[in-house]
Amino acid sequence: MSDTDAVDPEEVRHVAGLARVDLDEAEVERFAEQFGDILTYFDALDDVPAVDQEADLANVFRADEVHEGLTQEEALRNAPETEDGRFKGPRVG
Amino acid sequence: MAAQDHEEAPGEGRLVPDGFDDDHGAFLTVERLAGADDGPLGGSTVAVKDNISTAGVRTTCGSAMLADYVPPYDATVVEQLQEAGATVVGKTNMDEFGMGTTTETSAFGPTDNPAAPGRVPGGSSGGSAAAVAAGQADYALGSDTGGSIRCPAAFCGVVGIKPTYGLVSRYGLVAYANSLEQIGPLAPDVEGAAELLDVIAGPDERDATTRHDIREDLAEEYDGEHPATTATYADAADGDVDGLSVGVVTDLVEGADDVVVERFESALDDLRAAGATVHEVSLPSVETAVQAYYVIAMSEASSNLARFDGVRYGRSGGHEGDWNETFARAREQGFGEEVKRRILLGTYALSAGYHDKYYEQAQDARAWVKQDFDEAFADADVLASPTMPAPPFELGESLSDPLQMYLADANTVPVNLANLPAISVPAGETDRGPVGLQLVGPAFGEETIIRAGSALE
Repeated sequence: MSDTDAVDPEEVRHVAGLARVDLDEAEVERFAEQFGDILTYFDALDDVPAVDQEADLANVFRADEVHEGLTQEEALRNAPETEDGRFKGPRVG
Repeated sequence: MAAQDHEEAPGEGRLVPDGFDDDHGAFLTVERLAGADDGPLGGSTVAVKDNISTAGVRTTCGSAMLADYVPPYDATVVEQLQEAGATVVGKTNMDEFGMGTTTETSAFGPTDNPAAPGRVPGGSSGGSAAAVAAGQADYALGSDTGGSIRCPAAFCGVVGIKPTYGLVSRYGLVAYANSLEQIGPLAPDVEGAAELLDVIAGPDERDATTRHDIREDLAEEYDGEHPATTATYADAADGDVDGLSVGVVTDLVEGADDVVVERFESALDDLRAAGATVHEVSLPSVETAVQAYYVIAMSEASSNLARFDGVRYGRSGGHEGDWNETFARAREQGFGEEVKRRILLGTYALSAGYHDKYYEQAQDARAWVKQDFDEAFADADVLASPTMPAPPFELGESLSDPLQMYLADANTVPVNLANLPAISVPAGETDRGPVGLQLVGPAFGEETIIRAGSALE
């Protein structure tokens, strides 16, 4: 595909921000090029006919009973950092 | 054979003991988890894909993000294996979070194809298929979101089954695209794959998307009988296809490599000789199946993988800056390029202004595929196509162009979009490696595809 199909690198940076994924400049450039090809390919979805969708689904509930869950120690075991039995994260804003 | 020295086995960060024979690099972690003393799988060994949780044994999903993640609980299927007497022998290599068709997007390096050295084993369950093909395990578990069991089964010359959505519990499977994926068996032959399916099929109160019609408290809501209790899948591997009606999906044959079509046609002759009738069918909707699959899978992935924040588990982004900055840094460092690509494209497809164009239209395309399959099963017991349009690619061949890699999934993704069961069985060899034949059945029609597949052995 030609370069004219490439996505604007600024748009790649914007989406990466929404997705909370930092990218380096080389990745931004590569993705801008590739996303152009891939999104152009997705355009074929414009021609899909309307089809009746009948979902054959039933809700599944369980009884509201207390079950054993993870212990606090098990839940924290994979956390990179903990403090006083809690997950330790970065400051919010 | 690419008789690599063990010390040169590909990939850093694997936990494979010295002296353990893993020339092809099928395993990421080798650890034995013994099962019950006896049971239907007593004395047998199973390799488990590394996105299926094993309590106390690390489960990486092929990602640097989870290189040190040790699940505190077992997936339901792992409990079922152990109750059935099987011994888990280790966790197998895979494309990172299941995102790939070659097992090359693994953060721990590639896996070589035991049936075609120097070529990819397929993906994303490439390590599982390679472990079975190399005789390192009697059976393996994989997961199939868009072909990730069937593709490596075809490329490694083994059998793989993608069960009907809802037959097997996904509890403990690290989610990539929940509406599409199922755990399923790989084995050297159809009967073996069916034996493993017998063990893992059934409802699970911890997965509300499994069919629940044998649960007593829900029995009145359903009038059917659950296939996992009324069927013994292994008994269906009897090779009896006399009178079976096979529809050949011409749309999925036309794009295939000549050497693949030759093996496919020859396998159809074998089915005819055994008493099956073969006719052609066309499914126009498969033309947009790859697009629909990738839009839906990427969208679901962008949501599912939002959980990897480096705080509760996974690679930390440190404490420099605020939440968003450290979160974005953890994900830059922890995710490989294909995972980033899919998260970004999925985020784009769901973002304001694009949701209707991509995500909604992909759902329409999915409904169209379902309708096409329903109509085709009015005149056919099973539908046949080559599993993959080409023999295994050379290692490194397909990495540079993601769109080309996505197109390789053309024959497998329609099945996931329609929630149907499918089996890949070996259909012969080429000078580039094995070829697989795919048989698709109606929903919960596993016995039919197992019976038909066993006629090709």
